[in-house]
Amino acid sequence: MAKTKKDGTRLQQLLANDAFVSILVVLLGFLVGTILVALVGRKPSNMYKAIFQAFSGYNLDNGKWNPRYLFESINYAVPFVLCGLSMAFANRVGLFNIGAEGQYVIGMTVAEVIALLGPQIPVLHWLSILIFASLAGAVWGGVCGVMKAKYEVSEVVSTIMLNYTALYLSRIICLQLPGANTFKTANYPKTAMLTNPLFQKFTNNSMLNNGFFFMLFCVILFWFIMEKTSLGYGMRATGFNKEAARASGIPVVKNIALSMAIAGAFAGLGGGIVAVGSFTYGRVISGQDGYGFNGIAVALVGNCTAWGTLAAGYLFGLLKNAQALMQSKNIPKEITFIIQGLIVVFIALRSGLQILNNYLDKKRIQKEASK
Amino acid sequence: MSTILGMIPSILMMTAPILITAIGGMISEKSGVTNIALEGLMGFGGCAAAASHTLMEAAGMPHGASICLALFIGSCIGGIFSIIHAVAAIDLSADQTISGTGITLLADGVTIFASQILFHADRTKEFKLGMQAGPFGIYPTAIIALVVVFLAWFVLFKLPLGMHLRACGEHPAAAESVGINVRAIRYGAVITSGILGGLAGGCVVLTQTIQYTSNTINGKGFIALAAVSFGRWNPIGITGASLLFGTAQAFSIISANFPALRVLPTEVFNILPYIVTLAALVLFSGKNYAPAECGKPYTKGAS
Repeated sequence: MAKTKKDGTRLQQLLANDAFVSILVVLLGFLVGTILVALVGRKPSNMYKAIFQAFSGYNLDNGKWNPRYLFESINYAVPFVLCGLSMAFANRVGLFNIGAEGQYVIGMTVAEVIALLGPQIPVLHWLSILIFASLAGAVWGGVCGVMKAKYEVSEVVSTIMLNYTALYLSRIICLQLPGANTFKTANYPKTAMLTNPLFQKFTNNSMLNNGFFFMLFCVILFWFIMEKTSLGYGMRATGFNKEAARASGIPVVKNIALSMAIAGAFAGLGGGIVAVGSFTYGRVISGQDGYGFNGIAVALVGNCTAWGTLAAGYLFGLLKNAQALMQSKNIPKEITFIIQGLIVVFIALRSGLQILNNYLDKKRIQKEASK
Repeated sequence: MSTILGMIPSILMMTAPILITAIGGMISEKSGVTNIALEGLMGFGGCAAAASHTLMEAAGMPHGASICLALFIGSCIGGIFSIIHAVAAIDLSADQTISGTGITLLADGVTIFASQILFHADRTKEFKLGMQAGPFGIYPTAIIALVVVFLAWFVLFKLPLGMHLRACGEHPAAAESVGINVRAIRYGAVITSGILGGLAGGCVVLTQTIQYTSNTINGKGFIALAAVSFGRWNPIGITGASLLFGTAQAFSIISANFPALRVLPTEVFNILPYIVTLAALVLFSGKNYAPAECGKPYTKGAS
């Protein structure tokens, strides 16, 4: 984004720091959200109490501590982080992947099919679910990548189209599964699920499951591929300047297709983990979960880096977990959606910082000249 | 045969909002600003129209006046929220995809938040009487859509203003050099698309349901976006595309009436618009019909 400038003013140096700007954007989002809550006559303090309870498990109103809330937030963060990684990975290669939602839904659908119809062998069952969910996501994303690379079809349009295709395809498939009615299928066999008895014991029966480890693995994998391998180097080069990368012998077409496939695999895995981690039955979805769409926001807040996405994903998981608590404290839970939307709008507006930067530069030069 | 004739009103009912939104999207893109916020703008308009109609109905306002005023309010709200996109895209050279996504996310929150405050539920209170169908059971929204298409075609291709607008999307620097105010024209185009998106959202709520919920728009804005691409940024093409997509949507609701179609899951018709658009984009990928500078920020005097 903005270049580091050693000779700028203090403010300019701060504004050139991506992490600082991200934090600023999030704070601004919360500030506007707080004002909105106050304007409609509700108590903003209740909103923060709910968020605090989701963060620490500590209920400020009655002083009780329940670790379930704390770990529930982490569990909600898993799909946000994975969908964020999907958006972030493609973004580093210069692509705008709005399709995490579709990749997530396809991963979820494949996971449900294998969970209900696959062979019930311990470990192998859930492992195969996660592998095939990732593969399905990879195919779903890869299709857009190939269309972009070979036919120059805008990935923005093609991924949006595939989001809704995935949603309705998922309905068609899930309605054929055993015991399916209009909103759920039969219960999964035990071997399909990601439940971790140790987690359940220590977290007061939260939904946190083994999917958490796969999320951590993906964050490290993302960081490793992007920052430490020549493949990642080529991908970043493609993102910075396609023509220069092509001229340097980097396979641009291959990188574009491959990056969308890897991006899709992250989101597909997210779908798989939610399907067999947070639910005991297959869902026949009638609308989108929103993890994919919010993944865009997660990646943008995290500046499309592995660790930034992890932190931003946790923030979004926290907000999602706080929703029910807010509703019980007379705060409409949609305020969290508003805050998330505002954060994305402010990120779009941050390009205005460049204009501010130019203005500050001009002022500084004028000052130096008049000395 | 009579069943097919009987379907025409519902096809037109589904087509009208898609067409109105798509025309708005086309105007914005012709001026050089990508607008993927259409989905969100429809949501804002739909929620505003539903809420105001419910409140005015309860206050005892005459039905016709209430409907018209509700549509007007919906359009205004759509227009107001599109200003965010306009400022980001035009004055701040923002990434237009990001700000469009932001507005769509914001719409999910703001509309239901407003319903929670106004009606203490996660949806607007249902109104008693929506828009009434005219002769042959056709809703007035079809006529509104036709008027919008005709006006858009006339302004874009028959008036100097339209030529200026298209110039801003093809080569803004050249347009600026002959004295066209690129900034003003792009602002006008984006806000027009917001107004049309809001109007279309109102049309959806007042003809297809009895209240606004988080599922009311459910991808219609993205279908409109598909119609813009599939209709190749041309009013007649977009009308054809919207009619095709509207028919597919109508079939997904009423296919149960046709024994021959009952073997197919209804979702097949939901998928149709998206797959058709993807196929068309791949098939016609050689030629680029999109406005040349669409989606690229333009800074005066920068190049």
